[in-house]
Amino acid sequence: MFEIFTIGISIGSIFVLVALGLSIIYGTMNVINMAHGEMVMLGAYTAVLSTIHLGINLFWCIPIAFIVTGIVGYVTERLLIRRLYGRLLDTLLATWGLALLLQQAIRVEFGLSFFGIHVPGLGAGMQNVPVPELLRRSFEMGGANISVYRLFVFFVTLVLVAITWYLLKRTSFGTQLRAVTKNRQMAACLGIDDKRVNALAFAYGSGLAGIAGVLVAGFKIVSPDMGTPYVIDAFLVVVAGGVGSIVGTVATAGIFGEITAIVATVANDVYGRVAILITVILILLFRPNGLFSVKAR
Amino acid sequence: MGTKRRDFLKKTLALAGTAGLAGAAPGLMRAAYASSGEIHVGVLFSLTGGTSIVERSMSETCLMAIEEINAAGGLLGKQIIPHVEDPASDPKVFNEKARKLVLKDRVDCIFGCYTSSSRKAVLPVVEKRKNLLVYPIWYEGLECSKNILYGGAVPNQLLENGIPWGVNKMGRKKIFMVGTDYVFPRGMARITKQILEKTDAEWVADEYLPFGHTEWATIVKKIRDSGADMVVSSVVGNSVIAFHREFVNQGLSFDDITFLSTVTTEIEVAAMGVEYAEGSYITLPYFQTLDTPENKRFVDAYQARLGKDAMTHNGVEGVWNSVHLWEKAVQNAASSAPLEVIAGVQLNPPSVVGPQGLVKFDPVNLHVTQTPRIGRVRSDGMIEVVDEYPQAIGPLPYYGEGERYDNRMCTMSGAVI
Repeated sequence: MFEIFTIGISIGSIFVLVALGLSIIYGTMNVINMAHGEMVMLGAYTAVLSTIHLGINLFWCIPIAFIVTGIVGYVTERLLIRRLYGRLLDTLLATWGLALLLQQAIRVEFGLSFFGIHVPGLGAGMQNVPVPELLRRSFEMGGANISVYRLFVFFVTLVLVAITWYLLKRTSFGTQLRAVTKNRQMAACLGIDDKRVNALAFAYGSGLAGIAGVLVAGFKIVSPDMGTPYVIDAFLVVVAGGVGSIVGTVATAGIFGEITAIVATVANDVYGRVAILITVILILLFRPNGLFSVKAR
Repeated sequence: MGTKRRDFLKKTLALAGTAGLAGAAPGLMRAAYASSGEIHVGVLFSLTGGTSIVERSMSETCLMAIEEINAAGGLLGKQIIPHVEDPASDPKVFNEKARKLVLKDRVDCIFGCYTSSSRKAVLPVVEKRKNLLVYPIWYEGLECSKNILYGGAVPNQLLENGIPWGVNKMGRKKIFMVGTDYVFPRGMARITKQILEKTDAEWVADEYLPFGHTEWATIVKKIRDSGADMVVSSVVGNSVIAFHREFVNQGLSFDDITFLSTVTTEIEVAAMGVEYAEGSYITLPYFQTLDTPENKRFVDAYQARLGKDAMTHNGVEGVWNSVHLWEKAVQNAASSAPLEVIAGVQLNPPSVVGPQGLVKFDPVNLHVTQTPRIGRVRSDGMIEVVDEYPQAIGPLPYYGEGERYDNRMCTMSGAVI
């Protein structure tokens, strides 16, 4: 029984990792970022390439992936998203296009495969990230078999949630971001550089997705199209949890994780997915703004 | 007004006439193909898309084998011209490209397909147009088309050795089957259960997850809780990586639980990281480490073409065998016309000494004999043989339905069930 609970927490922590970045981007800036899954994918590939070409281990890939995907996010915001604020459908289309571009860029190795150059770690095939021996074990606790790697993912998630909360609630950047979310024009009038704030927020959200990619690469698949399922999961969590609410994202992710674990143990994982989707529908039927909606003006 | 209509009719007829002539012209020209000193074949493997990672190597091997034949003087004195198409891992496109190869390029046979869904999409084309598909991969059986030459193993050639080996040689008693949710793994599970009935071991469960599914925590937990000491895995594609990683991460060891896979090859082992596969077992007729002179030549030629790190696997070995078996069949029939080749195989089944050993056609069901082997994944990513049959065994595509050597269900005229 306890083991089902721990499996649920682990599945939930993966949901949180992927959804946290989107919660910032969608929640605070109202940008539907269909390329969020590809940020996860880029983080995973950063880990693959770093391990192959730089020879470092998984732990150091985390900050590197954060920086790489942060930069990609920043550039995306400056070049693409900035021109589309307020135009929801256009951002959806534009970011979807960006997602396709990023997938194919990895597949054709940034165009190098046209010249017969093959970079180990890129390409259309599956890649893998070696996991340090330290994390490959498992131990017994309370009758449950706990994998050290999943525990590690859980702790990283906790740390990231704590940092994000601190960033939003206790730093001046966070206050500025919240101000821009509430009323962009007024915030700009009061001297806040709303464009810079948005760019940094997008970069931070993408960076979080990159870290998610590194962790996920340790025990799931790395291939150019790995990102699409994650963006779907992320949106389910963010929308059902309440747009703009970190608490909502975390709580909903935990609920989803537990539901998946319980239903999958009793039946199988396909029914677990069905159960989550039914839960989302029920949540939105009875609380259309999500479970923990932030009161907007 | 009348003049306008006449003009319009004149123009349309002229256009239609030209188009018809242009369309017929290749056909008129191609009537001369048969005697022009060329044999046209289709090469239909995905070069892009989800399964391209494996199919590209198969396409390359097909071209390599065809070049070998051409360099040695061709077939019936004619050069083989391959028409390469990319069906992009989409069965619908497989169907379209197959039709294009048969109707427009007038090929005498198509070498192609990897997934069963792609083969099932091409089957109606070759049956209706009386052409020939040479399908080089191992599959779930239960098919008996008279327009397909099956160059790969069927379940009885993978499990008739695998399951008794697990029960007798490894002393396992409780089998847990895992697979991807489609016809091949479910067929394998059914046959496994039938084989187990004759032993004193039992199957405890079979579980299936969809293609590409990455969350294996609950299934691995179920494996642990069931007390199974052997896992038979027919997990296909990307998810096998997540499966192996979860298995190892939850502390399960391949020494305590014998892990036998029916689909994993050198490619998947490399993709998942050797530390997650080392010590697991695979039942397939061919591994790159086989110590035969034909295999050495094959691996050298393959690596000369694709790089010294390129790995051969059962898929490309099947392609090589299939091309050379077809070559023999055409020589026996003295013609490359599809129906004559098929009739020739039934009358005078060709054989070839391939990298795995002797591979011979069964005249009744158009499948091939295979030498069953079991391999263990080594720490360098290669698979070494731990068990092998002294000679090849025949194919029984309807084994799960009760077909045996003295009770054939796939016969010369079709399936009789």
